[in-house]
Amino acid sequence: MVTDTLERPPAAPAAVMKAEVRNLSFFYGDFKALKDITMTVEEHKVTALIGPSGCGKSTLLRCFNRMHDLYPGNRYAGEIVLKPDNVNILAKDVDPIEVRMRIGMVFQKPNPFPKSIYDNVAYGLRVRGLRNRSEMDDRVEAALKSGALWDEVKHRLQDVAFALSGGQQQRLCIARALATDPELLLFDEPTSALDPIATGSIEELIQEIKHKVTILIVTHNMQQAARVSDYTAYMYLGDLMEFGATNDIFMKPRRKETEDYITGRFG
Amino acid sequence: MNTSTSAAPGAPTRDLEAMRARIRSGIRGQQLFALVGVLFTSFAVLVLLAAFLDLLFDGLPRLSWDFMTSFPSRKASQAGILSAWVGSALVMLVTMLAAVPVAIGAAIYLEEYAGKNWFTDLIEINVTNLAGVPSIVYGLLALGLFVYQFGFGESILSAGLTLALLILPIIIVSSREALRAVPIHIREAAYGVGATRWQMVSDHLLPYSRGGMLTGVILGMAEAIGQTAPIITIGALTFIAFLPPLPVTADFPFLSLEWIWSEFTVLPIQMYNWVSRPDKAFQVNAAAAGVVLLIMTLLMNGLAIYLRYQVRKKIKW
Repeated sequence: MVTDTLERPPAAPAAVMKAEVRNLSFFYGDFKALKDITMTVEEHKVTALIGPSGCGKSTLLRCFNRMHDLYPGNRYAGEIVLKPDNVNILAKDVDPIEVRMRIGMVFQKPNPFPKSIYDNVAYGLRVRGLRNRSEMDDRVEAALKSGALWDEVKHRLQDVAFALSGGQQQRLCIARALATDPELLLFDEPTSALDPIATGSIEELIQEIKHKVTILIVTHNMQQAARVSDYTAYMYLGDLMEFGATNDIFMKPRRKETEDYITGRFG
Repeated sequence: MNTSTSAAPGAPTRDLEAMRARIRSGIRGQQLFALVGVLFTSFAVLVLLAAFLDLLFDGLPRLSWDFMTSFPSRKASQAGILSAWVGSALVMLVTMLAAVPVAIGAAIYLEEYAGKNWFTDLIEINVTNLAGVPSIVYGLLALGLFVYQFGFGESILSAGLTLALLILPIIIVSSREALRAVPIHIREAAYGVGATRWQMVSDHLLPYSRGGMLTGVILGMAEAIGQTAPIITIGALTFIAFLPPLPVTADFPFLSLEWIWSEFTVLPIQMYNWVSRPDKAFQVNAAAAGVVLLIMTLLMNGLAIYLRYQVRKKIKW
């Protein structure tokens, strides 16, 4: 682990690794959507996955919580090792539900359940067997505060979540994911359905919560990657083209293809 | 013509009159089609209305509280439909209790659990085809299976189970549609926080698709309540001057299932029986029973439409 850390770019000398992707390939049936990806995810940092449509960034993200297991014909090769216990979360004998209990996800389109605001946040805890009413209240409140939504909803926790605006719904989804204290939180283009103001508040929120949880975010918006992330991975057609500290990727990319994409000459 | 010739020399000319004529003839065609459409649509509505009004005018003189609360009789003026509507209601109860859990269970299995293989395909083809089997065939199947093989006899239980078989495909198909209408991002949200498949189904799919499923159940029941052929086949009696035993008793355990073994009749059979009598007065009775049956069916359909509307209003994806 020490040698791995030393190999990382100088921008983050003391970073601790949260997950390590080793030679990961992924297949939708016969189609190879990810080709031999190797990268790391640093603890309490934001790692962004960028690249043009179809480059495999969402596919890679969804490997982290085994979402692909829900659909037939999908196959993983290689490993994603979660630290500190060094479990390969792609291993056949690791239950995908166990993986999803440790790694939360926020989706592209805000997807609250058609239930009350309270029940949305409480659901992950109920699934984990929490029944104690007062503890539930406390944890729902804490999660909504972490999601920067508490002040807006504290007087209407029993309202249906659909009554919220799009940006509020997405913050509710973030609170729902945070309620269960995930080790790693996946964001799949979380602002692509939101207006610029709501986008700003989500980006701010990501900065606030990264002290509690490691974040991996897919975005098609390069400025967003530059604003919120510490590390950036540029992907193209299933290959990881370049990976490093966000400053380095945007200021002095090592590869011509990365530079072309970053500067908008292609994509 | 004049428009085009009077255009400035060299400028692109256009025959506006001819163009307007073409548009006018297009509009005429469109209006003609709309007219034909209205005629066809109102034909369907008028036929139903005519049938209902015809029944209503024929049956109105006999429709009274006494008619609802009297047993059938040899005298047309004293005959009522008490045993028939009680029989219909009890058979419907058995049908619902038998069909709903089986159909919804099958729908959940097929939508959420079944893998894509030949066995699933076989079940799918079977369910689809079952919906097209003539009801008399269900009657024959039930006569052999329920009445003789299982020894249930010519009872409310046999009739209820027969109609349950008949409407299973209807409820399965509509329940599957209701499940499919829950968007994939809601499923992924549930799985995303660590829900198991059953937690996803019971905490999310079932509550959110309840309205659609209920609609299917009611439409199935409306189909079942009018069924005559399979009920005649299993041997429902046409003259029943008694009610089944009460489900509530004076002695412990105060509940009795004795009624499910009782002989019975249902509204369509009572109608059929009266229609085939030579005495004109019984025709009036048949019409009056028909009005009651139609109203029951329309009420069920109306309830289904109302529920669907309520659910659509509440849940927007």
